Amino acid sequence: MTADNRQAGQFTSLWAQLRATAGRGPAPYVLTLAYATIVSALLLLNPTTGLGTDMVVVLFLLLMFVIYRAPTMLAFKLTLGTILLGVIMPVFGVLNPFYIDVVTKAGMFASLALGLNVVVGFAGLLDLGYVAFFAVGAYLWGIFSTPQISNIVPGMVPLNGSWFWLFLAIGLAVGALFGVLLGLPVLRLRGDYLAIVTLGLGEVIRVLATNLDRPVNITNGAQGIKDVGRPPLFVEPLFKALGLNISVIQEYQLYFYFLVLLILALTVLVVYRLNNSRIGRAWTAIREDETAAIAMGVPLVRMKLLAFAVGASFAGTMGVIFSALQTFINPPTFDLLRSIGILSMVILGGMGSIPGTMLGAVIVTLLDLQLLPRIASELSILQRRGVPIPSWFDPAQYQRLLFGLLLVIMMIFRPEGLLPEDRRRQELHQDDLPAPAAEQEQPAPAAEAKPEPGS
Amino acid sequence: MAVEATTGPEPLVARRSFRSFMSEVFGPLLQVLAFVIGSATILGLLVVLVAAALRGTRTDIDLLQGTISILPQVIVDGLVRGFLYATIALGYTMVYGVLEFINFAHGEIFMVGAFAGAFFSAALAASGMLDGLGPVLFVLAAVLLGMAVSGLLAMSIERVAYRPLRNAPRLVPLISAIGVSLVLQDVMRMIAVNSGLGFNASFKTPDLGAPIVLGQMQIAADRTIPISIDSRSLIFIIVAIMMVTGLNYLVNITKLGTAIRAVAQDRPTASLMGIDVDRVIAITFLIGGALGGAAGVLFGMRVGTVNPYIGFLPGLKAFTAAVLGGIGNITGAMVGGIVLGFLEAFVASYLSLFTRGQFSGPSYADIVAFSILILILIFRPSGLLGEVVTQKV
Repeated sequence: MTADNRQAGQFTSLWAQLRATAGRGPAPYVLTLAYATIVSALLLLNPTTGLGTDMVVVLFLLLMFVIYRAPTMLAFKLTLGTILLGVIMPVFGVLNPFYIDVVTKAGMFASLALGLNVVVGFAGLLDLGYVAFFAVGAYLWGIFSTPQISNIVPGMVPLNGSWFWLFLAIGLAVGALFGVLLGLPVLRLRGDYLAIVTLGLGEVIRVLATNLDRPVNITNGAQGIKDVGRPPLFVEPLFKALGLNISVIQEYQLYFYFLVLLILALTVLVVYRLNNSRIGRAWTAIREDETAAIAMGVPLVRMKLLAFAVGASFAGTMGVIFSALQTFINPPTFDLLRSIGILSMVILGGMGSIPGTMLGAVIVTLLDLQLLPRIASELSILQRRGVPIPSWFDPAQYQRLLFGLLLVIMMIFRPEGLLPEDRRRQELHQDDLPAPAAEQEQPAPAAEAKPEPGS
Repeated sequence: MAVEATTGPEPLVARRSFRSFMSEVFGPLLQVLAFVIGSATILGLLVVLVAAALRGTRTDIDLLQGTISILPQVIVDGLVRGFLYATIALGYTMVYGVLEFINFAHGEIFMVGAFAGAFFSAALAASGMLDGLGPVLFVLAAVLLGMAVSGLLAMSIERVAYRPLRNAPRLVPLISAIGVSLVLQDVMRMIAVNSGLGFNASFKTPDLGAPIVLGQMQIAADRTIPISIDSRSLIFIIVAIMMVTGLNYLVNITKLGTAIRAVAQDRPTASLMGIDVDRVIAITFLIGGALGGAAGVLFGMRVGTVNPYIGFLPGLKAFTAAVLGGIGNITGAMVGGIVLGFLEAFVASYLSLFTRGQFSGPSYADIVAFSILILILIFRPSGLLGEVVTQKV
């Protein structure tokens, strides 16, 4: 027993030593740069679609979190991040259009997850119908930019693409409006009731989207809306000036990539500032203890409504972008599974933690869109070669299983998420403090404290 | 530790009188019956009045005659839906009673029960024994199998996914339950698709008999229509009433029921009184799961096909029913289920008729169910039969 402990102690001290060396002086700069260079070179030199490149893309996105965590100067982090996301990724995207699409989706879901994180993580309101607001934004632009609008307002012609920019703002406002409208009746409810009611509301929006093709054809029912308008490519001369000779599809891919990147950056900024404001502290108070928060004079319903509206407004804007990106929307896109998927991103990363939520979004999106289908196709190749793999085993078909296991396992073993917020980690582990688990955790902060003065 | 095991045959309480026995077992049923008659009468009168008011607007068909001629069928449909929601809602409400926790995976327990029945009937059909087994024996065996499978499943889920989280913040077990429900859907799909049963598994039954004609209704001078109830609906209603009676007996009369009620009222004190709380909670999941599984088998038998996603909507609506009746209250769950079932049946049948097919009734019936949930939670969060509970600090 004691020998085991000693050995474990040696391991931790070795790990601590390693961290200390890697985190002191110029080492983190060199290591991060080396990692960045190797991954970028791998990406740019071998842009074929395959399992190997998949792995490198995952490493590339994890690099963002290495940069975020590395004990280096802020200016260095920002420069490196900008170069990687602003130059390397787009160039790779031109070479291989498949991956930039996945990365754009990951960015979009990261933005959505950050919005849900405001509701679930900051204010502690479990919203299972989050995708309803996403649907509202998507249908808003979908209806106004297609002949669908002529059915509702006779004589009105579809808006052209340049209105897209205005609709980003309108999507924000309409999302917030829906958040308030749906939130007003239900926010007085206790947590678990709220979860079920929001789930019901999400279903209502989906049922309405399916059935509002009669008596007036608003949503075109189950067929969905196709040929949704796209914003004009005002950057086209810029691409030409850079000597890029790429198709319109690829131009749009890059365009949406940068758009999503920009929106994501804005979202992070807004969410971060909100969390550290008076409002953010009020949300924390509500989440931790409603009764105490009321006693301290926090306007409960107003603050909950605000959280709901902020989350919903992000979803509304992302919905507008989503419909323009996909150019096709239909009701099944906005089902419960999508809401749960976004929720599992927040939970995997860590409720209330901004970098955690983004990490969760990247992991879940990559798993969902890229790795599972890839593993499935690799397995079927192996199968054809005669390796005994049962034919029913198709990982791409089991998203529900993936999300479900993710939720259960995270709740049982690490409810605070991968990159937890400090307060929540303390809250969820206050019971095990006298237990041995606490001993294992204690050396970690001590080790972390050492390199801090150097940075 | 368990008090039931150690006390032996000597009863701790005085023998109850026959009268109190009858009132505890059948009293809730009378309440349910009152709500059945009340809902059917009020809603029936309402649609007839609306039809009479709208009569002049339609020239193609006689709206009033059409309304009255489908009314008996709608009432039977309402009864079946009502008992479906009631039996599922009992699982929600019992678990909520002892743990104050919404067992989100309960809809999937219902679905697994339906699949257990479908597998059973497919196995019988494959061995050619389906018609040899009489209808009564078949229904009994299928329902018991569904109860056993779902009950044990619910108990093991509680052990694996909920018990480790019992002292965690409220949302943690709820999220775990959502995860469990997704896992169950996909695992069941995996099993169904690969066992040859198929995604939309057909639920074969022996010949259960022709619809039973209860009487003739005169709707015009020269036209009568039969009032009939099909045998599957009748089976559903009879089995559901039997189960509900059994549950009343179990909860109100037996010592186990007393233990369950004690745990629901005050868990720490119950454990101080020598009740094995973990065991009682496990048994509550077993009973709730068994009821859900039986409902699943009956539902599959009536509809004819089952698929891995059928549990979601009935589960959600049964939760609505539980809240409507007052969550934690067993009679309330039955009453809530009945009321919701009737409302839905009427909306599903009459909305298209009254709006000339502009609004599809079955889709908007879902919206009506959720609107009821929201309205109830806003204006009477304690439900129809619930007591007002203040939130503990």
